[in-house]
Amino acid sequence: MRLSWADERFRGIVWQVVIVGLVVGVIWWLWLNTTHNLRTRNIATGFDFLWREAGLPIGESLIAYTPADSYFRALLTGLLNTLKVAVVGIVLATMFGTLIGIAKLSKNWLLSRIAGAYVEIIRDLPLLLQLLFWYALMQLLPGPRQALNPLPGVFLSNRGTKLPFIQWEDAHTAALAAFALGCVAAWLYARARRAAQMKDGQPRLVWPGALVLILGLPAAVWGAMGAPFQPDVPVLRGFNFQGGLTLTPEYAALLIGLVTYTAAFIAEIVRAGILAVNQGQWEASQALGLPPGRTLRLVVLPQALRVIIPPMTSQFLNLTKNSSLAVAIGYPDIVSIANTTLNQTGQAIEGIAIIMLVYLTISLSISLFMNWYNAKIALVER
Amino acid sequence: MSDITAPTRFTPSAARTPPLLTTGPIGWLRANLFSSWLSTAVTLLLGYLLVRWAMGFVDWAFVKAIWSVETGADGRPLTQPCRVNREGACWAVVTENHRFILFGLYPYDEQWRPLVACILFVGLYIVSAMRRFWRKELALIWAVTLTVIGILMWGGVFGLTFVDQERWGGLPITLILSTFGLAFAFPLAILVALGRRSNLPAVKIICVLYVELIRGVPLISLLFMASVVFPLFLPEGLNIDKLLRAQVAVILFAGAYLAEVVRGGLQALPRGQYEAADALGLSYWQKTGFIILPQALRLVIPPLVNTFIGFFKDTSLVLIIGIYDLTNAAKTAIVEPAWVGFGPEVYVFVGLIYLVFCFAMSKYSQGLEADLNRHRRR
Repeated sequence: MRLSWADERFRGIVWQVVIVGLVVGVIWWLWLNTTHNLRTRNIATGFDFLWREAGLPIGESLIAYTPADSYFRALLTGLLNTLKVAVVGIVLATMFGTLIGIAKLSKNWLLSRIAGAYVEIIRDLPLLLQLLFWYALMQLLPGPRQALNPLPGVFLSNRGTKLPFIQWEDAHTAALAAFALGCVAAWLYARARRAAQMKDGQPRLVWPGALVLILGLPAAVWGAMGAPFQPDVPVLRGFNFQGGLTLTPEYAALLIGLVTYTAAFIAEIVRAGILAVNQGQWEASQALGLPPGRTLRLVVLPQALRVIIPPMTSQFLNLTKNSSLAVAIGYPDIVSIANTTLNQTGQAIEGIAIIMLVYLTISLSISLFMNWYNAKIALVER
Repeated sequence: MSDITAPTRFTPSAARTPPLLTTGPIGWLRANLFSSWLSTAVTLLLGYLLVRWAMGFVDWAFVKAIWSVETGADGRPLTQPCRVNREGACWAVVTENHRFILFGLYPYDEQWRPLVACILFVGLYIVSAMRRFWRKELALIWAVTLTVIGILMWGGVFGLTFVDQERWGGLPITLILSTFGLAFAFPLAILVALGRRSNLPAVKIICVLYVELIRGVPLISLLFMASVVFPLFLPEGLNIDKLLRAQVAVILFAGAYLAEVVRGGLQALPRGQYEAADALGLSYWQKTGFIILPQALRLVIPPLVNTFIGFFKDTSLVLIIGIYDLTNAAKTAIVEPAWVGFGPEVYVFVGLIYLVFCFAMSKYSQGLEADLNRHRRR
């Protein structure tokens, strides 16, 4: 390397030193300003406030929470609320979006046109506006005494949506755990059977055993614990409903908004993924004598998924990030609670840092999981 | 030889009419709406629901709707007729408040200025969309138009009274945030995309960090940062307006997303183009400016337009830090006690405005995509 501008490596090093110097200089300048401002305004720094009493009421929470709890617990409640809407939203949006995407490919002209119009209109409206719209509709519902009753046991009022449920007991928790265990066991069982098939070429039926593991196991556990089943139907008592499962208007509006919005994007992804599989693949698989169900499962879906997974990942991430719009309609998610926290304590930098850290963690986890899944189903080339 | 008679002339029989049931309108109906039992059932069900829903909507939006209300003695609107009429829309909330929704708190007599600004914005979009204008002079047109819009909105010169940014609102804010955001984010995005593909490790790391950090967090957190943390970053005494701070947040956010789109174009360009430019002995900036970018940007125009649509919609998020854009003006219009409860009507009206802008952009992007891909079609 020569110390001359004509040398490419020398130029590269000079450029890098200049750019890094600039970036570090700007950050250093901002840091000096910030520390000075914080000192003159007497704003405390650090995360000690997390353990102080929050004193802020939260409308709905998955864990026990009272205003006397600490800020940390309040933020944890908010995080759980974010996850509650994001997880349910991702599942529902995937199902709904896939249906719309398939409908858009339907040979039935009316069905495909309606699906197309849905996608076009929903995608052209800001999500925030849609959330405000749904929330305004929720508030226009009649009071509990005149609640709408579209299905037996389901009540819609401006206090929220009431759904019938069952009296939750330990047996149900145990059955749920058994179900999860059964799913894992069924997966292992299917893997073992497939490995055996690979060895001797004899086809083996997987589904009867898997069904026993997935459904039989929880049923057996539930039965062994006395098979409790007590329906819990909401009934009007006084001015509000008692019992049943409640979806608050905020949660319902946020969920409907997120699901309908994301589903429009997922529909386009699913449609593109299915169209990306060559027609010849269907025909070749039929020529081999595979029935339509297996054609779909063994030939078409694996290839379509390869196209679908990467954009689908970013939609899941978008839904999670978009759930932060909850603050506009008063659903107590992490952003809403961190915002209240930073207003109460004045520690803005820490508050924003918490929000960013939470979302970066969620984004990275979803990305990592989907990358792992994507690598698993990727085309193995020789 | 003589027994060979002259061949009889062949006359084709008259063409049979095509079967009625497989061609023409009936054939179309049979193929597209009633091809099987399932399809017929779906058509009938959807048709029934569609007609019922459409009739209900027309009933609500037009037949039973109330278009204006009287003003009471105290100057407040009398919305009682709207409250009694539960089956129809109350468009009075829009007709009475449309000036506020569109222009916010801008001085009433001066509201022609934001109106002209909006028209200039639309004109700018139309000119930029025409391929005839895709050359260097377009940057000049943008600079001039944006300056004129600035003069119109602020005033203070040419006999226009000065209007503080605090009083701007409605549609101009939405257009300003998205257009200025784009105008500044786009060059930034190109630099970052180039930096991310650079051979210099330090530059690459900085660009990757910027893009991934911004893309990993919601826009709201950046807006909160602009609204509450940004003032702490600046030296004492230096105060920047909230709108400008939000604008900076939008630019930084848009820059990261646009950079990824531009990077896609850079990656899609065949290696040969880079190597050919190197072989000609062009410097890095000559290579980038004359060979790479013109081709790479052309490749990504359709996804760029889609990203623009996204930003146009995302500017509505400034509502959360209290800037009166179109969405927030609509939300504020129904805070007044007389208009509480007429949210759906206002949001439908504002939604239509967004729909017009986004639908035009989306159709344009689809047309452009088909146009640019024409050489690939057989």
